[in-house]
Amino acid sequence: MSRYLADRIAKRLVLFLGISSFLILVLIAVFIFREGYPAFQELGFSLFGTKWYPSRDAFGIATMIVGSAVVTLIALAIAIPLSLGCAIFLAEVAPPRVREFARPAVELLLGIPSVVYGLVGLVVLLPIIADISGRGSGSSVLAAGIVLAIMVLPTVTSISEDSIRAVPSHYKEGALAMGATQWQAIRHVLLPAARPGIIAAIILGTGRAIGETMAMIMVIGNSPIFPDSIFSPARTLTGNIAVEISHATGTHASALFATGVVLFVMVMLINSVGIIFYKRTAR
Amino acid sequence: MTRWIYIAVSLVLAFAAVLVAGCGGGGGIDVGGSTTVQPLAEKWAKAYEGVDVTVSGGGSSAGVKGVAEGILDIGAISRDLKSDETDEWPDLVPTIIAYDGVAIVVNPSNPNEITDLTIEEVRDIFAAGSSSTWTVVSREEGSGTRETFEKKVMGEEEISASAEFLPSNGAIKQKVAATSNAIGYISLGYVDDDVEAVSVDGVVCNTDNVRIGTYPISRALYYVTEGEPEGDVLDFIEFCLSTQGQQIVEEEGYISIQ
Amino acid sequence: MKLSPKLTQKIAWGLIWTAGISAVLILLLIVVYVMARGLPIFGSDFFFTEPGGGISGEGGISSIIVSTIWLIATTMIILTPLGIGSAIYLAEYAPDNWFTGLIRHGVELLAGVPSIIFGLFGFAIFVIALNFSYSILAGALTLACLLLPFLIRTTEEAMKAVPKSYREGALALGATKWQMTTRVVVPAALPGIITGIILCIGGAVAESACLFVTMGGSAGMPSSFFDGGRSLAVHVFYLATETNALDKALATGAVLIMLILIINLATKWLSLRFRARMEGKA
Repeated sequence: MSRYLADRIAKRLVLFLGISSFLILVLIAVFIFREGYPAFQELGFSLFGTKWYPSRDAFGIATMIVGSAVVTLIALAIAIPLSLGCAIFLAEVAPPRVREFARPAVELLLGIPSVVYGLVGLVVLLPIIADISGRGSGSSVLAAGIVLAIMVLPTVTSISEDSIRAVPSHYKEGALAMGATQWQAIRHVLLPAARPGIIAAIILGTGRAIGETMAMIMVIGNSPIFPDSIFSPARTLTGNIAVEISHATGTHASALFATGVVLFVMVMLINSVGIIFYKRTAR
Repeated sequence: MTRWIYIAVSLVLAFAAVLVAGCGGGGGIDVGGSTTVQPLAEKWAKAYEGVDVTVSGGGSSAGVKGVAEGILDIGAISRDLKSDETDEWPDLVPTIIAYDGVAIVVNPSNPNEITDLTIEEVRDIFAAGSSSTWTVVSREEGSGTRETFEKKVMGEEEISASAEFLPSNGAIKQKVAATSNAIGYISLGYVDDDVEAVSVDGVVCNTDNVRIGTYPISRALYYVTEGEPEGDVLDFIEFCLSTQGQQIVEEEGYISIQ
Repeated sequence: MKLSPKLTQKIAWGLIWTAGISAVLILLLIVVYVMARGLPIFGSDFFFTEPGGGISGEGGISSIIVSTIWLIATTMIILTPLGIGSAIYLAEYAPDNWFTGLIRHGVELLAGVPSIIFGLFGFAIFVIALNFSYSILAGALTLACLLLPFLIRTTEEAMKAVPKSYREGALALGATKWQMTTRVVVPAALPGIITGIILCIGGAVAESACLFVTMGGSAGMPSSFFDGGRSLAVHVFYLATETNALDKALATGAVLIMLILIINLATKWLSLRFRARMEGKA
């Protein structure tokens, strides 16, 4: 084949492949909206009601929205201070040899499968929480929040660390030259400068937290209720979908796809905001 | 350039070859659905000497849906077919393969020291949900075991949303075995030393009492097919209904159809 | 109460060190715990028998390993041409206009979609609509969609790192654009591309939610990729939630952690080689 012909074919082939990701995204959105639409149509606002009992035709996902939100909030409350501290540690405080060890450790945490975190949570955390709370099996939003915090930690840490490192060194040097302590330099100069990146890190971590499924099913108890304390079980939007999709039919199935739509939209919005902040960092 | 073409073409050919080989090998029977039937089906699949039989879970409703949509060859269910299922898919044919009881189980060292409950008491516990006395554990929607439980015990009442919902018999058993004040319901075939089955209305939960009908919470187990079973599927089902197959039923703790 | 700057400095440093060490400690504790309880289970029994089911979780993980290998192989066969082709488009062929910007946005957004949504999608399209049923094939297709943005990202970065002079040299010698891309740029970017592929393998091994709903839960040995199966990660989930065999679950988890470790080390080594190549020649 003449190389010019090959070149022309290649151009078209490559364009097609390039559009493929975009096509997949569109396909996902279309499919999920299409399957979920009947639920929106039939149920209307009752889809956001407080009772989920498919066999009695109740498809309210309010408890699961709250469940996902509470677990994410607990996770962020634990993870944000820890990640920020760790990011500052890795970027500014740790001596080089410690950093050589600590940074790969955080990266490794990133790659560990979520089911392993869920498993360790199940085996280690639940009995402890059951003892402390005196109730039930320990499946609770607290357990889920802790597991989620550990899962989100590496993401938020590494993006935050990158943003802190990206701040031009003369910012900090200027502050030190004026007599600031290292901490003052970090707190009043570096962190504000790195703020967009840190916010991006937190937002992207939140997106990841809301999307987590398997580890949540293992430690949260899957009760479709509003959690009344941190020791209460609950159910997440993601868990709802995973556990029921294989046997849902008709309106039930459509309601699950509708849950998927809600999830999809939420995560897309959060991630888009995160990406905007990410692009604003001094890179 | 030619080198790339060779590589690409050989990859595609290899892929296609595997695909074709796969088509040939995919001639087994797929059984899925009820987690109650699952251990039984797995034992049958092992003992059966015909084509390969793969067994999966997912719950009774998943079994019905799977067969109706062509994903499964046989759907296993631990309840009767529902009217809206027969409405939507009129070609479904159920075949009884065994009988089973639903045991109310508690942890062997449960602090409430219960060994017998009336149906009303069970209903009240499950309607009230989790508290400091009981951790209530239930199957999720779509479970045939749950259907039976709801029909025979709950009646019009609903299982409280504060219960923990788990997707299989095995999961419930594991949770009850691990939590001292837990109470749940599982297939009789799953009961062993890890959990304790309470007697209901004075009747002990065992295969004899289910067989003679004195135990109040029981059901038939079915294999559901699209249309009458034929070919390999018929052969397998006949094996399950044979003396050898039914002997396995008894061995596993279920009740045979004889 | 106004603290002296020196005091706040000390307190701040203390807190920061605590945070840093805690993160590392958490990792170590998790890994050590899983290994400590999981490694004793390793043995020929564990690796060469099939799971027996039942609440005591008899058997091992032989069929699971085979299913996982089939899954990863199929996924990568589908994913690699798609990902590298898309990256070639974005890095070399795409004009700098709003359309390309749109495609790039698509890739970014796709990267953020939760795994369970891919699962829903895969279930609706591959399992039901295309009638592949619960199968390794359906799982592989779904995984390929999920990992695509990551492969595109890493491949594009690898290609962008190739110096312009390479391209100009090739074109000056009379090569067509396609020849330049495939015979000069891609080979030069190869270590980076391979790193990306290996990272995707790691991601595939760690995945569970989208496979849970597309591969079925059958634990048997697959005879074709139209058969369902469980990947190692999915098997951990089933062992943990349906059996008492938590030690076996931890053992499977240990296998997973070791795989991830190997993958991490491989990519580290490769990126060092990549950097050396670039710097050596530039």
